[in-house]
Amino acid sequence: MAKHKPHHVVGRVTWNGGMAVALLLCVSIAGNGATGQEEVLTSGAETGIPGGALVVTQRAEPKTLNPVIALDAPSREVIRRMTADLISINRQTQQTEPSLAKSWTVSKDGREFVLELRRGLRFSDGHPMDADDVIFTFQVYLDEKLHSPQRDLLVIGEHPLTVEKLGSYRVRFHLPESYAAAERIFDSLAILPRHLLEGAWRDGKLSEVWSLNTAPASIAGMGPFRLKEYQPGERVVLEKNPYYWKVDRRGNRLPYLDRLEFRFVPADDAQVVHFMSRETDILNRVSFRNFELLHNEERTKDDQLRDVGPGLEYNFLFFNLGPVDSQRFPAIARRQAWFRDTSFRRAISAALDREAIVRLVYGGHATPLWGHVSPGNRLWQNTALPHPPQSLERARQILGAAGFRWNENGRLLDSSGGHVEFSIIVSASSSERLQMATLIQDDLQNLGIRVQVVSLEFRALLDRVLNSKEYEACILGLGGGDVDPNSDMNVWLSTGGSHLWSPGQQKPIAAWEAELDRLERQQMTTLDRHERKLLYDRVQQIAAENLPLICLVSPNVLVAARQDLGNFKPSILDHYTLWNVEQLYWRKPVVAGAGPNKGVKPQ
Amino acid sequence: MKQLVLVPRLTTTILIVLHVTILLAGFLAPYDPAMQNRTSPLLPPIGVHFVDTLGVFHLRPLVRSAGRTPDYPLRFFVSGSTYRFLGLWTFRTHLFGVEEPGRLFLLGTDEFGRDQFSRILWGGQVSLLIGWLATLLALGIGLALGSVAGFFGGWPDAAIMRGAELFLALPWLYLLLAVRAFLPLSLPPHATAMILTVIIGIVGWARPARLVRGIVLSARERDYVSAARGFGASSWHLLRRHCLPETYTVLATQATLLIPQFMLAEVALSFIGLGVGEPAPSWGNLLAPLRQIPILASAWWMMAPAMLVMVTSWCFLSLGDVFVHGET
Repeated sequence: MAKHKPHHVVGRVTWNGGMAVALLLCVSIAGNGATGQEEVLTSGAETGIPGGALVVTQRAEPKTLNPVIALDAPSREVIRRMTADLISINRQTQQTEPSLAKSWTVSKDGREFVLELRRGLRFSDGHPMDADDVIFTFQVYLDEKLHSPQRDLLVIGEHPLTVEKLGSYRVRFHLPESYAAAERIFDSLAILPRHLLEGAWRDGKLSEVWSLNTAPASIAGMGPFRLKEYQPGERVVLEKNPYYWKVDRRGNRLPYLDRLEFRFVPADDAQVVHFMSRETDILNRVSFRNFELLHNEERTKDDQLRDVGPGLEYNFLFFNLGPVDSQRFPAIARRQAWFRDTSFRRAISAALDREAIVRLVYGGHATPLWGHVSPGNRLWQNTALPHPPQSLERARQILGAAGFRWNENGRLLDSSGGHVEFSIIVSASSSERLQMATLIQDDLQNLGIRVQVVSLEFRALLDRVLNSKEYEACILGLGGGDVDPNSDMNVWLSTGGSHLWSPGQQKPIAAWEAELDRLERQQMTTLDRHERKLLYDRVQQIAAENLPLICLVSPNVLVAARQDLGNFKPSILDHYTLWNVEQLYWRKPVVAGAGPNKGVKPQ
Repeated sequence: MKQLVLVPRLTTTILIVLHVTILLAGFLAPYDPAMQNRTSPLLPPIGVHFVDTLGVFHLRPLVRSAGRTPDYPLRFFVSGSTYRFLGLWTFRTHLFGVEEPGRLFLLGTDEFGRDQFSRILWGGQVSLLIGWLATLLALGIGLALGSVAGFFGGWPDAAIMRGAELFLALPWLYLLLAVRAFLPLSLPPHATAMILTVIIGIVGWARPARLVRGIVLSARERDYVSAARGFGASSWHLLRRHCLPETYTVLATQATLLIPQFMLAEVALSFIGLGVGEPAPSWGNLLAPLRQIPILASAWWMMAPAMLVMVTSWCFLSLGDVFVHGET
C-alpha cells in the first residue's frame, strides 16, 4: 500500500563513498571548467585508464542528431551517447537511478514529482545547465506541432504531464493521473540546451536543426561524448565531452575513451567480418551461428563473447480472434470457430516443441516461454506459471474433450466433420520465425492438423494482421522497450494499438479480456510495488491460461567485445553494450596518436 | 570438330541421367523429404564403409553413426515411408536404406535434421518441372502469337508486337512478388509452385514470339510459299506445312535457354523466401539457408543443390550452343 507512505525518496545514492566524498574529490581534482559547486556523480565502476578510441558498427546511418524528432534506432543510438536524462534506468539492476537529477520525491498520490538537479553542470559546449533547460526541454517535447515521439511517453491517460520551475535547480512535474513507476519515463529523455535551440523553436524551425551536416560547435548535450565529424556513408565520430558530469572513484573525469566512432555496415554478417578483422571493437547483437563462428575462430576466440541471457523479446504464435468480414473471407470466419475455442489454443500450445525451437533455431541460446514475460525481466516475471513439456497425448485429450475427432488417416476433424487446417504467415525477412513455423508445422502434423506456412514481406504481413485481418495465424515477436509492465500496455489492453489478435476493437471480445483490461489498468495506477506485482502476476496467469498469444521462446542477447575492453557489462536492455560507454576503457595503455583512426591496442 | 560431337553426347547423357534420377526420386531417396530428425541438425554427410569399427571387412556396405554402435548395414529394396510416383501410384519400397534407429544421411542434414539427399532429389522434381512447364507454356504462347503476327501482318502484328515489348519491359521479379502477396494463404506448396510456373511461363512468351514472327515473316515471302498459295493452299496449310517447320530449330534453342532461366527464377524466388513453401523442397529453398554466412562457411554439404543447379544449367545451355552451331 503506497497510500500510507508519506513523501518517500525514490532515488538515493546507494554506492559506497556517497555524495559527500564525490563532491570533495571533484572540487580538488576536476579541471576543465568545473566550478567549485559542480555536483558530479561518482561512478561505482572499476577505475580505468583514460585514452583510446572505440569503434562500433551500425546497420544504417543516423538520419538526424536532433533528439526531438529522431525515430530510427541508429539516430537514437548516437544521440543517446551525446545527451543525458534526468533519471536513468540502470541496465544491469533494471532499477531507476539518479542522473542529472540527484534526487527526487514523490507525493503521496504519486502524481507530483519534485526533482532536485545537480548544480554547476555544463553542456558539452561549456554553457551551464539549470532548471530553465529542463523546462525548455519538456516544452519542446510536449509541443504538438513537432510530433516528437517522446510526447507519447509524456501523455498519461488523456493528458500530458506539466512541469514547473521551483528554483534554479528544482523542478516539479505534475502527472494528470497517478502512474506507477512514473520515474521510468524520464529515462532516455535528452535534456536540451535552451541557449542553442530556443531561437529555432520560437521560429518553428526546431525540426530542421541538428542534422548530420550541422557544424559540431552548434550541437551540445549533457552526454559523455560530443560530435566531432560526420563522413556521409562512412562514419560518425564523437569525441570526449570535457564537461561530462561523472567521475570515477579516484575522481578522474569520465569518459575514459577519447573517441567513439560509429561505422555504417548494413549487413549483420559483414559486421561480424569487420569484428573478426579487428576493424571494430564491439558487436551489439550477434546471431547464434555467428556467435559460434566467433568462438571457433582463432582471431576472436579469446575476446569477450557473452551470452547475456534471455532478452525482453518474446516470439509467439497467435490466431486471428477478432471480428472478420465473413462475406469477404468466409473460410477465415469459419475457422475462427476453432481459433476462438480456448481448448483448441491450449491443445496447440501443448503440442509445440519449444525445446526444439531453442535448440534448432537458436542453437541453445534462447529460453522457452510459457508466458509473455521473459525470464530476463527479473523484477516482473511470474515464476509460478506452469511449464508443461510438449505432450501430444495431452493435446489429443484436450481436443477430444472439446469435440474434435480423428478420421482413419489420422487427420483432425472438427465437430461438424470438416478437416482442421490453417495457414501461418511469417515475415520472409526473419529466417528464425520461418524456422519456428516449419517446426510448428511438423508438430501439428503429428496432431493431424495440416498447416501451410506462407512467408510474406514484413509490411504486407503487418497490413494483414492490423488492417485487412486476412490471415488465420501468424508468428511475430515483440520486445525492446523497458522491463516495466507499462511498456507493453498497448499490446494487452483490448483497445491498444498493438492488440495483435484483435486490433481496433471497441470492447473486449471475451470475459478474460475484460479481466485483463481491468487488471492492467489497475496495475498502471497502483504505486505499491508488491501489490502491483501481484496484479501483474495475475495478468500473466490469465494470459497464459487463455493464450491469445502462444508464447514460444525468448532469444538470448549475444554480444561481443575485444578482450581488453574494461568495464564491459552488457545488459539485456537496450543499448546492450554501450549503455555504460562512459565507463568503458582499454585495459592496456594506449599509445597516443598511433593511428589516424584509433589508438593501437596490443594484439 | 571432334569437340562438337563430344560435348552434346556428354551433356545429353548427363541430362538424361539427371531427369531419370529425379523422376525416380521417391524410389531413390531413402527418406521422406519433410521428415525431421530434431536431434541431428546440420550433420555432415555420413560415409558408406566396407570396414567396420573393429577393422573387419564386410561385403555389404556399412553406415557408421557417430557414437552409436554397432554399424548399420546398408540394405536394398527396403520398406520405408510411403511416396507417390507421378502423383498417381503409392509405393513404400526404397532402393536402399538402413535399419532404425540408424540413419543414412548421404549428403548430411539441414537445419531441421532432414535428409539433404532425399530433399535434393525431391526438390529437383519441383525445380525441373517448373523449368519445363513454364518453357512449354512460354513457347506455346510465343509460337501461336508469333506466327499469327508474322503470317498475317497488319494490325494483329502491330498489336502483338507492342504487347511483346510491354511484357519484355515488365520487371518480372516484382510482378511475381506482387502476385505472391495476393495469392490465397491456404494454398498447399505445390499449388503455389504451379501458379508461379504459369505466371513465369505467361510472362516469358515475348522473346520466342518475336523470333518466331521474324522467321515466319521471311518464310512466307519465299517462292515455294507463293507457289503453294498460287495453287490455292489455305493459310492454315501454308503456316503449318511451310512456315512453322522453319521455326523448330529456333524453338529448340530457345527451350535450352528458357529452361535454365525459368529454373533459376524459381531458385531466386525461393531463395528470398517467397517461392515454394515449407516443407516441400525445391532447389531454391534448399539454398535459402545459405543466406546465413556461418552456414555457408561451415556446412559445405548445404551447397550441393547449387552444384546441381549449375550443372543442369550448363548442360542445357551448352546443348543450345550445339543447336546454334549446328544451324550455321
